[in-house]
Amino acid sequence: MSEKKEQPQIVIKNLWKIYGKDPKRIFTKKMQDLSKDEIQEKTGCIVGMRNISLEVERGQFYILMGLSGSGKSTLIRALIRLIKPTDGSIEINGKDITKMNSEQLLHFRRDTYGMVFQHYGLLPHQTVLDNAAYGLKIRGVPKGERYAKAMRTLETVGLKGWEDYYPGSLSGGMQQRVGLARALANDPDILLMDEPFSGLDPLIRRQMQDELVELQEKLQKTIVFVTHDLHEALKLGDQIAIMRNGELVQVGTPEDIVSNPADDYVQEFVRDASPAKVLTAGTIMESPKVLLYAWEGPKTALTLLRSNNRKAAFVVDKGHKLLGVVKESKLEQLLNLAEKPKGIPLSAIKKITSVTEDTIVEDLFSIVSENPYPIPVVDENNKFKGMVTTDQIFESIAPAADEGGDND
Amino acid sequence: MISFPDVTTIPLASWIDAAMTWLLQNLSGFFDAVGFIILQVVLGFETIFLFIPWFIIILLVGLAGWKLVGSIRTGITFMIFMFLIGSFGYWELSMRTLSLVIASVFFALLIGIPSGISMARSDRTERILKPVLDAMQTMPSFVYLIPALMFFGMGKVPAMFATMIYAVPPVIRLTNVGIRTVDIEAVEAAKAFGATPKQILFDVQLPLAKPSIMVGINQTTMMALAMVVIGSMIGAKGLGMEVLLAINRIEVGRGFEAGVSIVFLAIIIDRITFSFSQKKEK
Repeated sequence: MSEKKEQPQIVIKNLWKIYGKDPKRIFTKKMQDLSKDEIQEKTGCIVGMRNISLEVERGQFYILMGLSGSGKSTLIRALIRLIKPTDGSIEINGKDITKMNSEQLLHFRRDTYGMVFQHYGLLPHQTVLDNAAYGLKIRGVPKGERYAKAMRTLETVGLKGWEDYYPGSLSGGMQQRVGLARALANDPDILLMDEPFSGLDPLIRRQMQDELVELQEKLQKTIVFVTHDLHEALKLGDQIAIMRNGELVQVGTPEDIVSNPADDYVQEFVRDASPAKVLTAGTIMESPKVLLYAWEGPKTALTLLRSNNRKAAFVVDKGHKLLGVVKESKLEQLLNLAEKPKGIPLSAIKKITSVTEDTIVEDLFSIVSENPYPIPVVDENNKFKGMVTTDQIFESIAPAADEGGDND
Repeated sequence: MISFPDVTTIPLASWIDAAMTWLLQNLSGFFDAVGFIILQVVLGFETIFLFIPWFIIILLVGLAGWKLVGSIRTGITFMIFMFLIGSFGYWELSMRTLSLVIASVFFALLIGIPSGISMARSDRTERILKPVLDAMQTMPSFVYLIPALMFFGMGKVPAMFATMIYAVPPVIRLTNVGIRTVDIEAVEAAKAFGATPKQILFDVQLPLAKPSIMVGINQTTMMALAMVVIGSMIGAKGLGMEVLLAINRIEVGRGFEAGVSIVFLAIIIDRITFSFSQKKEK
């Protein structure tokens, strides 16, 4: 997250959506304290969104997650005012879109958003190229220019050579690429994606997710992404907001959500999540009891090891960079030498596979099975940060393992 | 038996009569103008169809059967049908009937498609129009044939007017349904990109509703054709009048010939207009 204090790109405050006859009249501040069911009982109105407040930073990949009927689709539609909220405000780039008239709204939509839909929402009677260029056409971009731009975005999403086909002759995955190209052609500030991959085969879905991650690294757009699939949310999101019955239940990073579910509902949600895919070496690592410095004499090192009941320890250099691991037996050998070395010589240090803090736990399994030592965790400069033991790995994945693992 | 009380008599009939009288006295100029325009359109079509030599029309119909409807066989069948109509001696009458039908459909679409669109866009318009359409379809056609006569006199114009009233509901209904059932996400997508209601209508709703609207046009055309016999009762020349004469003179054979000619025309028109609704994008 950026250090400099910047106004978040999307600021939602106390947003309500109530369906029913004349909801504006029915809506009162007193409702703030009532639950969804109480409101429905008293007024006969259905609550679509209940008092939602959240912020999305520029460049953030923001996930709205929940089961069907949780209000996530309502919320993403409210962001572009396909649905008009009953109360509350939505500020985008500092402008409150709930107060715009229809003319302002048309222009704001043209200039700000790209949207991708679950069932693609393509025009079957137009070619792939025309579909991709549709947003530009609405903006009034001349034909030659919009085709050139649309061609470029089609290339970005890997659809070069398909521009003259009609959407009906494309597979679902490819149609969604057209949808994505259409949204990107406008070079929008904010990309809204409403369950874009839900209708796709699992393999295609995973491939599209990977490509989206790659694309986002390049584009750095603000993305609001709706999904009901936890794995998708954990894989893609910087920030995840979990919704239930039109309310926000928990907002946090993928790790927060999995390691500290706010309530039973979230717990139930993440039950099937394999923590091994979310937790990283950075979150579960600990400091070693003993850390040896290469310039220390073998005698000191041996004393340290023995006083802590350790058989081996990691060795770092002056810059705190990881050199490897040294065993008790090796140190003893050093002491038996005729000429006792001043520090621990490199020859006595065994090189060892290290990981970085953002390595996910799943990737640690194979390393653990390879060597008997804990796994050292380093930063990008090979500076020693901590270590992960086999016990910690199993502890971290234990809850899900008890429930029978993930089979989604 | 308890009879219905007299007190509640509502003099609807006399109200309608009064309204008719008022309209005839005050708006006869308007009706004359409308009648004139309608007549010019029918006569225009008639001139065209009677000007084109019969063999060219037969060829064109055959071509349409082949290219639009399906196979060469369909084309040849259509050509045989047209040839039979001619050999019964009804070529000219059938061309007049065809002009009348086409002109009626032309006006029906002119009114029907915009009505269907406005019905699709507003629930209130739909609520108001639905019973009106029901009335138009179930009201016995003689009921409005007589006022049409009073407004426009004898001949083609009242026949067309009656035909239009009878035939327009399907295209209105199917335009409405077609637009209302367009993929919601396609409409939402257009909205999300900032399309105006007009852009949404022409870029998304009408193109996607086209198959449904085409079925409506097909239905409207068939109903217009079914009205030709009734139209002939008020003086519109055509195959219908032939049927009417044959019935009056109890000439079964002649009536059958004219009837079969109408059926042939109907089949050809139906298959051709239906093919428009079936046309698939690549």
